[in-house]
Amino acid sequence: MNEIMQKEKQAETKTFEPRIVAFMCNWCSYSGADLAGVSRMKSSPNIRIIRAMCSGRVDPSFVLRAFELGADGVMIAGCHYGDCHYIEGNFKTMRRVELMKLMLQQFGIDKRRLRLEWISASEAEKYAQVSFEFTEQVRELGPLNLRFN
Amino acid sequence: MAKPKLALYWAASCGGCEIAVVDIEEHLLEVAEFFDIVFWPCVMDFKYADIEAMEDTSIDITLFNGGIRTSENEHLAKLLRAKSKVLVAFGSCAQEGCIPGLANAYDKKGIYEFVYGTSPSVEEQSKYTFPVTCTEMPEGEIDIPEFRETLQPLDKVVDVDYYVPGCPPQSNQILIVLQTVMAIISEGKELPPRGTILGAGEKTCCDECPRERKEKKIKEFFRPHEIIPREDECLLDQGILCMGPATRSGCGALCVQANVPCRGCYGAPVHVRDQGAKMISALASVLEAETPEETRQIISKISDPLGSFYRFSLAASTFCRVQLSGNGRNE
Ligand code: SF4
Ligand code: SF4
Ligand code: FES
Repeated sequence: MNEIMQKEKQAETKTFEPRIVAFMCNWCSYSGADLAGVSRMKSSPNIRIIRAMCSGRVDPSFVLRAFELGADGVMIAGCHYGDCHYIEGNFKTMRRVELMKLMLQQFGIDKRRLRLEWISASEAEKYAQVSFEFTEQVRELGPLNLRFN
Repeated sequence: MAKPKLALYWAASCGGCEIAVVDIEEHLLEVAEFFDIVFWPCVMDFKYADIEAMEDTSIDITLFNGGIRTSENEHLAKLLRAKSKVLVAFGSCAQEGCIPGLANAYDKKGIYEFVYGTSPSVEEQSKYTFPVTCTEMPEGEIDIPEFRETLQPLDKVVDVDYYVPGCPPQSNQILIVLQTVMAIISEGKELPPRGTILGAGEKTCCDECPRERKEKKIKEFFRPHEIIPREDECLLDQGILCMGPATRSGCGALCVQANVPCRGCYGAPVHVRDQGAKMISALASVLEAETPEETRQIISKISDPLGSFYRFSLAASTFCRVQLSGNGRNE
């Protein structure tokens, strides 16, 4: 049994395409990603975007849930400091992410699987670049095969 | 009319839940009067065979405390599920794994190596003598239950009807639960919907806490022994990690009233699945930090975040356990 699983895993690693969930805030980052699309820039196809009203809306449990359901990496993107539509939602996000990274490490999950980025509505290029960078980072870390029991 | 049948069982637990039941004092007599207690290994002499011989669903209600650590725990969980009309996950261990669930930071190998190998209480000559599940003896084979890799809460193994949180559940709450159950049975009323949490509140521990809260701005954390907290002010405001905001109400904020921070034994509050995630969210709102560096500086003083945020609920958390295989690639 173990052998079969091992083989399967090896096969999977060979053709490993990271699954990445990105929570992006409506007012800046999502628009930035949208602009990248509208401007026909190339961005990583491994990213599945979920739009949130603010990065501060992204409850830590959403991040854990994404990993639980099979994400190999999770990105949260929001407005730059001072630009958050809800004044300081993104400060809260930054503190959450620091706490989550601390905890993920203890859970045995590499903290580099969680990434925080500030992307404004005009930074289409930054989105495109980050999307590739993060995809390669997660690819290097390999698949996250969580074990629950 | 025959009395309704009641069973109580303990799996991987400390026995505190049993004490808490006995702590309802003279009301225990009402319970014994009302119910026919068919199984309660901690208190009376019953054999598993007695239960096996019973018809399915012939026990009206079973209060099951303790998590599922061994094959024996699982066998009894399945057996009692089959024999009971109503199965209650009683106490934090059965509900969410509790302290025994913290062993999910390790696996069987790690636990065995410590307990039977490197632990200071192991005698020299018996170091690294591990239990084996089956041993040949002249009289035949003898078995002991198999130890599992991961501790699981009761509802990961069988269907659970109700939950009574707490480590242990407070006796006044147990009494309310038992009296409610007795009233429902004797008046033929309908049971609450499946999955209901009994013997607890709908808010958080903070809502029951008499301490005064200001607008929180935490600059530094202290462990309880490092400062003498002011008695009437919120402990979290004073930099002591208190799980109050991420813990269900129901105990009456007992610990905080004794000047000790809430450790979170009543589990996650209503609509919260992951207690640690909730605590992270709560803390992120109150740290006085404007940059990642400042944040890291402050939170570096939280000793063992995982063990603190999930002290009671690691086994029922989103991840259930710590990943040891290394595929998380930690360094
Ligand atoms: S954090 Fe603790 S001390 Fe503060 S109000 Fe909540 S329960 Fe009370
Ligand atoms: S204050 Fe917290 S740890 Fe103490 S009994 Fe209440 S819920 Fe449990
Ligand atoms: S609205 Fe963009 S981070 Fe708050």
